[in-house]
Amino acid sequence: MAGRDERPGNTGSRGSRLLGCVALASLVVLGVLAFFLTGPDVRLHPTTGEEFGQFDAVRMLYLHVPMAVLMYASFMLCAAASVGVLVKRTPWWDVMAHSTAEVGTVLCGLVLVTGSIWGRPVWNTWWEWGDVRLMTTLVLFLLFAGYLALRRTTTDPRRQERKAAVVALVAVLDIPLVNRSVAWWENRTLHQRSTLEELKIQDLTLFTLMFGFLTFGLVVWWLTLQRFRVGWLERAAIDHAVGSAIAERRSETSADELDAAIGVTDEQAGEASP
Amino acid sequence: MSEVRRFLADARMVAARDLRIEFRSRVVVGQVVPFALLVLVLFGFALDADHHTLRTFASGLFWVAVLLSALLAVHRSAALEQSDGTMDALRMSGLPPAALFIGKATAVFVQLVLLEVVLLGGLLVLYGVQVVDPALLVVAGLLAGVAVAAAGTLYGALASGLGVRETLLPILLLPVLAPVLIGATRAFDDALGAVAVDGWAWTGLLAVAALIATVVGALAHGVLIED
Amino acid sequence: MADRYRDGVPVVELRGAVALLGTFPALAGVDLTVESGEVVLLRGPNGAGKTTLLRLCAGLVRPESGSVEVLGHDLVRERRSVRRRVALLGHATGLYDDLTVTQNVYFWARAAGLTAVEATGRVTAALLRMGLSERLLGQPVHTLSAGQRRRASLAALVVRRPELWLLDEPHAGLDQSGRDVVDALVGDAVAAGATVLVSSHELERVAGLGPRVVTISGGVVVDDTGRDDGGGHGV
Repeated sequence: MAGRDERPGNTGSRGSRLLGCVALASLVVLGVLAFFLTGPDVRLHPTTGEEFGQFDAVRMLYLHVPMAVLMYASFMLCAAASVGVLVKRTPWWDVMAHSTAEVGTVLCGLVLVTGSIWGRPVWNTWWEWGDVRLMTTLVLFLLFAGYLALRRTTTDPRRQERKAAVVALVAVLDIPLVNRSVAWWENRTLHQRSTLEELKIQDLTLFTLMFGFLTFGLVVWWLTLQRFRVGWLERAAIDHAVGSAIAERRSETSADELDAAIGVTDEQAGEASP
Repeated sequence: MSEVRRFLADARMVAARDLRIEFRSRVVVGQVVPFALLVLVLFGFALDADHHTLRTFASGLFWVAVLLSALLAVHRSAALEQSDGTMDALRMSGLPPAALFIGKATAVFVQLVLLEVVLLGGLLVLYGVQVVDPALLVVAGLLAGVAVAAAGTLYGALASGLGVRETLLPILLLPVLAPVLIGATRAFDDALGAVAVDGWAWTGLLAVAALIATVVGALAHGVLIED
Repeated sequence: MADRYRDGVPVVELRGAVALLGTFPALAGVDLTVESGEVVLLRGPNGAGKTTLLRLCAGLVRPESGSVEVLGHDLVRERRSVRRRVALLGHATGLYDDLTVTQNVYFWARAAGLTAVEATGRVTAALLRMGLSERLLGQPVHTLSAGQRRRASLAALVVRRPELWLLDEPHAGLDQSGRDVVDALVGDAVAAGATVLVSSHELERVAGLGPRVVTISGGVVVDDTGRDDGGGHGV
């Protein structure tokens, strides 16, 4: 997976370009499926015959639900990689943790945005403070925003890879809360127990949802791959700089300079101790 | 057994040292507690409120004031180990990092309890609240104090030595404490008779949070002070 | 103390040790072997890597590559079992400003694993031996002068009776009597069988003890003269 391209500074490879194209094409197909080919969610009340349901808003769920699932996946990968950092001090795990956290945070932000847009017509509000899943997801977003802020505090990632791993592992403790909140606090959420059960699943609806999972799986794979390669190249650049600095430092010791430097030091030592 | 006693003795020693430093420097008593009261007063000004409004929001305002002040207390606690090579000396001493963590968190906890007591006095006097369920109030206050002290000590150690401790600490710590804020506020809502919720259920959440923060902190402290 | 290192195993053994400060290679491949009971004087120009070398031996700096063994233990994997037996006097004092001198030294004695009885017995003696007057012992550290702080800092190390002393410019900021105290301390440590690494500009003073002189520059050992009768730089 590590960038073993001939040309340094390049994050692309044949495989990842192909993957990127397929992911892009899938996104277009998903858009067509979700916004044009599938029908709105309209149900008839069994007794009154009134129309109810989510109508066109349901289309947002084809994006929202897959993104939420892939967000969990990214953060779980980040947690696994963080364990790897703590157990084995190798850069691979750290770059992996950083990449997946960044992709997961972007997804988390998108989940909040798409959820908010979906909530406007369905719940009649952009933002529902009483909803526990919304709250716990927001907290998750903030936790990982803090993680990324920590990572940005230095240009040398090796200095805080283990600290970052601890922050990531604390942050993912929120995931079970997000995931189980709907079941644990039924009366405190507008989220459905499971969106799948509620919808009347027609063939195309189900297919679109599944296609959404596939599409976002590809997108996330591609993003993580790219981000990993950037991180790996950053590491390589630092290692290269350190390597040449070591060589330079070894060669800087010329006998004349040394004599001069120590001579000065000895003279000064008597009166001027720091 | 002697291992455990040794561990507890180390932790007690660290806690006693931090509290002795606090007793001599009076940073928390002289600066953090007045700050917390000031926050309460500012809420009063900002809401331009009568007693009825303030009573409604009392528990939320109380815990926001506690969290903001806790940031300062945690910051102070972490700063002790940044002065003049004391962290290096601690690393060299061979003191178990977990004992150091428990000790420092205990000292922060004691200071937070003091802070909560003073703030509660502020609520009673300034906001005119009444305590309906004292037992719930005490238990929830103590458990939330443990959670805040443990998480705060963990993140204080994490942010120290990064050179941007002042700005990084809040954005790392406050989201982690969000569940504690929610749970403690609901429990206090019940204890102060402001809202009819099951305060004891939320206190259970606080207990879980306190336990997790303490265990994670004790386990992770070695990683944080060594790197 | 328990597990004394085995006879014949060097107290310090560095092989190709590289240490980074950020991305700067403060040590660029140091080989150094120090036997038990030796006094080694480290010297070199500013920025040569003396401080980093001492901190590396204390396990406070992680080697980027190469191996570091102290008292027969690998410092990367087993530093906790080593550190208690090593004393590092750095540029900082490691004292809490708001505690008194006695409270500070007592705390560090207990932190190093001494019992309350042992600690009480040793603390005042160590402080008085460092030349601090009894009147100062109950004073908060922030009221002390730099030289007095340094003496208190040394006392906190003395009470632990370390097997390896790492002294980084121990004379810095001390007056004549303070330097004499440091020299006596080095003498006592050697007499008690301890090993001493000291970086100092004050070559001739410490040289009186007949140390080996190791010169480092640019992060590597450039000269290791074994014995030097002091004064000259023997390159």
